[in-house]
Amino acid sequence: MRAADAFTPLAQDQAAAISSRPSLSYWQDAWRRLQQNKRAIFSLYLIIGLLAFTFIGPMIWTVDPSSQDVDQISIAPGADRSAILVKDYEPWYGELSEDFVANDNAVGLTFAVAPSTQSVRLSWQAQGERAAGGYRIYRNLFPITAGRSLGLPLAETQNLYFEDRLDLRPIDYYYSVVALDERGEDSDLVATLSTTVTRVITRREAERRGLLDAAEQVAYGHEFQLKLHPLGTDYLGRDMLSRLMHGARVSLFIGLFAPILYILFGVLYGSVAGFVGGLTDQLMMRFADFVVALPFLLFMILFKVIFGIGPGESGIMPMLVAMVVLLWPAAARLVRGQVLQIREEGYIGASRLLGAKTPYLLLRHMIPNTMGVILVTVTFAVPSAIFTEAFLSFIGMGVAPPTPSWGSMCNEGIKTMLTHPHELIFPALFISVTVLAFNLLGDGLRDALDARMRNRE
Amino acid sequence: MWRYMLKRLALSVVTIWFIATATFFGMHAVPGDPLTSDKATSAKIRANLEAKYGLDKPLTTQYLVFLRNLSQGDLGISFTQENRRVNDIIREHFPVSATLGILAVVFAGLGGVLWGALTALYRNRLPDTIIMFLVILGISVPSFVIAAIGQLSLVNLNNLAGTSILPVGGWGTVQHMILPAMVLGLSTMAYLTRLMRSSMLEIVNSDYIRTANAKGLPSTQIFSRHQLPNAVLPVVTVLGPAIASITTGGFVVEIVFAIPGLGRYFVQAVQQLDYTVIMGTTVFFGAFLVFMVIVVDLFYGWIDPRVRLD
Amino acid sequence: MSIAEPHSESSSNDHSSAASALSSAALRQLFIYFGAAIAGCTLLMFALHYLASAFSSDSTTAIAVDPENNSISIYLKEEPPSLNSTVTTDSVSAMVLNHVMEGLLRMSVDDKLEAGIAERWEVTPTHATFWLRDNALWSDGQPITAADFIFSWTTALRPETASEYAFLLYSIKNGRAVNEGAMPAEALGVSAPDPHTLVVELEQPMAFFDKTVVFPTFFPIREDFYNATNGRFGADAHELLFSGPFKLTSWVHGSSLLFEKNPNYWDKERIKLDQINVAYITQDANAAINFFKDGKVAFTTLGAENLIEAQRQGWPIKRNQDGTLFFLEFNHRDERLTRNWNLRRAMQLVLDMDELVYKVTKLPGFKPGVSIFPEWLMGTNAPLREEYPPPQLRLDTAKAREHLALAKEELGLDEWPPIVLLTSDSPVSNIQSEWVQEALKSKLGLTIKIDKQIFKQRLAKMTAGEFDILLAGWGPDYNDPLTFGDLFASWNLNNRGRYMSDENDRLVREAQGSTDTKTRMDAFGKIQHVLFDDVALLPMFERGVTYAVHPQLKGLKRRVIGADTDYTNAYIDTSAGGQ
Repeated sequence: MRAADAFTPLAQDQAAAISSRPSLSYWQDAWRRLQQNKRAIFSLYLIIGLLAFTFIGPMIWTVDPSSQDVDQISIAPGADRSAILVKDYEPWYGELSEDFVANDNAVGLTFAVAPSTQSVRLSWQAQGERAAGGYRIYRNLFPITAGRSLGLPLAETQNLYFEDRLDLRPIDYYYSVVALDERGEDSDLVATLSTTVTRVITRREAERRGLLDAAEQVAYGHEFQLKLHPLGTDYLGRDMLSRLMHGARVSLFIGLFAPILYILFGVLYGSVAGFVGGLTDQLMMRFADFVVALPFLLFMILFKVIFGIGPGESGIMPMLVAMVVLLWPAAARLVRGQVLQIREEGYIGASRLLGAKTPYLLLRHMIPNTMGVILVTVTFAVPSAIFTEAFLSFIGMGVAPPTPSWGSMCNEGIKTMLTHPHELIFPALFISVTVLAFNLLGDGLRDALDARMRNRE
Repeated sequence: MWRYMLKRLALSVVTIWFIATATFFGMHAVPGDPLTSDKATSAKIRANLEAKYGLDKPLTTQYLVFLRNLSQGDLGISFTQENRRVNDIIREHFPVSATLGILAVVFAGLGGVLWGALTALYRNRLPDTIIMFLVILGISVPSFVIAAIGQLSLVNLNNLAGTSILPVGGWGTVQHMILPAMVLGLSTMAYLTRLMRSSMLEIVNSDYIRTANAKGLPSTQIFSRHQLPNAVLPVVTVLGPAIASITTGGFVVEIVFAIPGLGRYFVQAVQQLDYTVIMGTTVFFGAFLVFMVIVVDLFYGWIDPRVRLD
Repeated sequence: MSIAEPHSESSSNDHSSAASALSSAALRQLFIYFGAAIAGCTLLMFALHYLASAFSSDSTTAIAVDPENNSISIYLKEEPPSLNSTVTTDSVSAMVLNHVMEGLLRMSVDDKLEAGIAERWEVTPTHATFWLRDNALWSDGQPITAADFIFSWTTALRPETASEYAFLLYSIKNGRAVNEGAMPAEALGVSAPDPHTLVVELEQPMAFFDKTVVFPTFFPIREDFYNATNGRFGADAHELLFSGPFKLTSWVHGSSLLFEKNPNYWDKERIKLDQINVAYITQDANAAINFFKDGKVAFTTLGAENLIEAQRQGWPIKRNQDGTLFFLEFNHRDERLTRNWNLRRAMQLVLDMDELVYKVTKLPGFKPGVSIFPEWLMGTNAPLREEYPPPQLRLDTAKAREHLALAKEELGLDEWPPIVLLTSDSPVSNIQSEWVQEALKSKLGLTIKIDKQIFKQRLAKMTAGEFDILLAGWGPDYNDPLTFGDLFASWNLNNRGRYMSDENDRLVREAQGSTDTKTRMDAFGKIQHVLFDDVALLPMFERGVTYAVHPQLKGLKRRVIGADTDYTNAYIDTSAGGQ
């Protein structure tokens, strides 16, 4: 049989083989992979939540972030906020009411009137003759135990009465009065008295806080409910929730834009330097070193002067510019290091042979392959920028008081960390959530944008 | 190789000169000067002060005087610390910061590589989640909070134990260094963990690992000869300058733990506008940084044979 | 089929076993490395230990109260910038100097002037004479002579020394001229007829000259020692000679200082402690409290936030006035809004300093400001404010608004522009300035812009007058009301707001020049009223300090003038409970 007769051509009776799926571009592929990543989606929801908190929040919770509720300084969320209406404060010089009865203790220490947050009035008697050195009044938050100190020394006086107005809160106090000897040292003659203080408010204060209209008639003894502060108040009695909302704007703005901008610049700079190499690389990197070695604080002060920020004005844009100008070298160096490694890879050479120019190589090949490192740097730069902004505001370089920001709230909160932890915890929590969101998103993006993961799965 | 080093050294000197000049003129452009104090001084006393410190001369003369002194290695005398030479300040305090810094960098580097490698190997499983959670905490809490909490916890621990487990502050033995070094290195360690993880994940995907595996290279050798060295490069990039900044920085840690380091001087000098100390510390830091960057670049060439430095 | 990567989700058995082989191998390798690294670390720690001890302080052995060695351990807020008494300006250096040096006179335990190196003294309208003790010796055994005082005073006045406190010596004849270079140092009006007598000629009659002599600038310095140090006097412990209760035997810069009892001190019987160990130098208040809690230091200041902890721990808490007055200073220059009296009066009538002190700053020892003269200043026989009660202020928001409206008219304004409040970057001024800002906004509707500046930049602005309101503080230089009274004299450079009042100037001159105490005190009493009526300033509060002391440490003295903490009379009392 002839060879030609051994074979017959097949009939074209079926459609050509179809691809398993439609062809996707790099970005479509990346987006698809991102959507599948549960953590990334979670982080996107977090970010949307934060943005809603920042922009929509203040429209719902309209409390002024700078109004100071001085009667409720540093209160925790959910604290009791009732206050009784009383007369305005008048200084007391020891006058006692007719029905006053002295207590039966070592010096006859008694409260002249029911103790309130307006004042606590103590009255005592000289046992025989007055103490040579006068008397010292102590106050303690804890019960007095033998062998331990009596507490906070409020004052010394030669009188037989004392009025305490220092930081009175609606809690228990333990007062002690000690007779002093000639040298002003504590003698053994001491009496202690304890009490629970009630929170009171005057008419003037009630009007000022909007609890009462000027025309309204209310009797003394009426119980008010002071303003509600869902997340408590800070060291000046300002509402934490509204401060967090307003602070979010500054913190998120700086925390996002500053890193994005300076890393963008750093990436471009570093990849050009690493790719081109040679003397250009050297000069560019030495310039980067120069920027890093400059004293940060000094140049921030200089920028403030140069930008001519008026006194007491918030210099957010100048601060943004200054941070970008001073902080880009770290990213540049990192990217340059990566580029030095990658530029020797085979596909770069191949691409070049096919006629690719440098910008194409940089944008299409080098930078996407450094994405991992870049994204990590961005996610770390976010909290760093927030704290740098806090530091700068603290020394007068960023936002002016009373504008809040999360970082400066942390700064303030750390002082009362032990006694009123909510002042530190809430801003720190929000910063952590922001960082978490961007970290997860960064991870998701890194996986999604990884060129090597294309066409798999 | 030597030509390369020579070029680098020449460029370094130029860089340091730029740093010094920019700082000098920037410093003088800022309002205020080291001689003003809370209590106003009369014009005559003020003139005496200026004459004593040479601030009455024109700016360019002061600059040239500074350069001349710098070339002889004399950084001048501090304005705020009477009779104390800046050279002495650096000489006495830098070793303290350096010692603390070395330990902090070692913690950060080793910790970062270890945790990073672990999270990459156990990606998306429990160790990864736990470590990532700690990392997030480590960077979202500012360093002064960590330092304060750390010191307070130690005090409470000491009280509970009845003796001093570790000193809560001061300087003198290696026990004094442990807690401050951990606090100092914490945020860098968190950053390095993430970097290491990211670069390990990329490498694990790459072709040459697959090839090596296909060729039958033992897994341990793949790890130690291929994965680890290549993943470590970004870590090294960050560590180099980090060494420079940690060994001269740590301002917060030095204050909280009462450590007589150089970091305090950087910040306080700017606050008090102590010209000579600002110039001295900036030039010193600049030189150190430039040196560390050269070391890092040489390290690139050693660890990754493909990288060519030219 | 591609070989899967360890993280691939959909993998067959082959893939996962290859993957897990890779990862378990890697894990093993990793742990081997880290074993090696830990070993390396340990070696490193030993090396570092050696390095560290080369620069160590004595904080390894810091014990708050050590009865066996009769020593205590304390901390300092900052490294003493200068122990050269001719140029010292800050309080930390002054505290150290007050322990190692003694001058002609000193303050007693009861805050009265008492004999120091001089065993008696006499002040007349023209001269002040001091008779020195025979047994007063320097720490190297040489006697302290009048020549030592003459040398230190002339050195302080020399123009080359550029001492900022030279002005305190202007009370001596030709003092100012010498400082300005117009006359040679020898022309200074001091002489020593014999080695133990010092005669000072006064430039003009000055009743309180003796009160100024306790200031560190007046401490003696021996000429031969000074010259031998070759310009390094005061730079190190061995570059100093001591005339006081303690010697400085060790000074590790930035780290620690060690004081030991001076065996050559003439009054050494009074000194009970053998050693004071400054084990830490830190400006962080929380760190200091932690050191105290850990039993490493015997003294710590307390902030409002730490009071609760202090009470919980049962620490002995004390408080004292630190002598400073904080106030709002107005800018009276022509281009400033605050030159208008009605505006200032409006502010005076709404700012409730009681609220600031009792609710906001919350520290015991702070007293609301009512006058330019703090409460502790003495008058003729009793405290100045008892003899001359300050004017009473009644807050009145309605009246304030009237004054505000008047001010607006007088200044010809349609709207109130923002008013600038210049303040520093310290946390306490932060709180105060925010409170002032909110109070003026809510009660008067004024917009206050807070201009926060770091130290030097703030000083620059103060000197240039770039502010409307200034948050200022003033501490006393000597124990006489004049140190506060002359603050608003028109020639005083510290009068940053350029307040000018002929009446005030006249009263200040009267207080300066007269030698009759009653006349002077009357003048001060009137100054209070003038400044109040004119609203030259708004006193905010008189600062106090709250502190905790180790229960076994007694005799600690806190002063308003001089060393703020004085351990010279301190002793250890082991009968009191430990901590």
